[in-house]
Amino acid sequence: MFAPFRPGSSWLHRARPATKLLALAAAGTGLFLIESPALMSALAALALALFPLSGLPLQAAAAQLRPVALLGALIVLVQAFVGGPETALLVGARLVALLLLAGLITLTTRTQDMINTLERALRPLARFGVNPARGALALSLAVRFIPITAQIVADVREAQRVRGLENNILALTVPTIIRALRLTDEVADAIEARGFDPEKGTS
Amino acid sequence: MTTKDIVKIALFAALTAALGLFPPIDLPVLGAKITAQSLGVMLAGALLGARRGGLALLLFVALVAAGLPLLAGGRGGLGVLLGPSGGFIFAFPLAAFVTGWLLARLSPDASILLGLAALILGGIGVIYALGIPWLSVVAKLPLQKAAIGAMAFLPGDLIKAVITLLIARAVRRAYPAL
Repeated sequence: MFAPFRPGSSWLHRARPATKLLALAAAGTGLFLIESPALMSALAALALALFPLSGLPLQAAAAQLRPVALLGALIVLVQAFVGGPETALLVGARLVALLLLAGLITLTTRTQDMINTLERALRPLARFGVNPARGALALSLAVRFIPITAQIVADVREAQRVRGLENNILALTVPTIIRALRLTDEVADAIEARGFDPEKGTS
Repeated sequence: MTTKDIVKIALFAALTAALGLFPPIDLPVLGAKITAQSLGVMLAGALLGARRGGLALLLFVALVAAGLPLLAGGRGGLGVLLGPSGGFIFAFPLAAFVTGWLLARLSPDASILLGLAALILGGIGVIYALGIPWLSVVAKLPLQKAAIGAMAFLPGDLIKAVITLLIARAVRRAYPAL
């Protein structure tokens, strides 16, 4: 698919997705307990160093920061006036460290592996009445539906362009949603025809 | 929960992603752009109800966390979720749930303004209530300043609540068996 995964064989690529996610959760919490700007800057530099150490180019690190660059710059600027340069450095470095660490995991883990991990994470929820097989079905269906709904959007926009309505939000969304809903009936019938039992969540 | 319910939950997760593909709506006076994506949150609550709508958006957030670039502007991955605006995204499932819950409590002949109030409270109030404190912690800004910053999006969000109301009515008319 169109995920930003970068193939490789580094230690980070080989690590289990669940381990990586737990490590990120721990690091994300830890970064908010540190109040020293110097230590935070060192940690941000360490996060950056992990890119070449995982066989990823530094451009990949820059790409992780770009989507949040404008908002981040604004926050640092406001902090420089409100909280002083030390706070601005702390907040800026923390943001960079956080984004780089999260980016490392996104770049070194296949989306399918991440989804499989999510499915496994659902399993212990069975005792609370959550059916893991249904969760797994919903996850894989959504992944299939994304390109299909994108195609419906493109078709509807093309049709409305003829009528001069391609920028009318109602003329685009209403037919898209109705077409997509009609599709769900067929898909649900097809799934049940293949023996999926919604009560048990098995097939 | 039937197979149809599961399929609809998956569909609205995908629809929320597809709404991120819509051309941003220009707000000429304010110079801001609003994306259609948060329509997905309010629509899921309004059309699927609290439980299915909330699960649809939970699924959407899980797919973003898994690395799919489904957020408006092609963003995705754990970085965006942990960044300054992550709270606004984590709030999606709860916002869809609250929207659906509030709308279900209105009588069928309640005025259109009550419906709009439910959409604003669920679809905007809940998102801001989680997003602003998150922004305040990540950016180390006083809560008040974070709130003022978020207000830039309020006009666009209010327009989206009205649009959601119009879409939900049109869809219900064409497809009553939701």
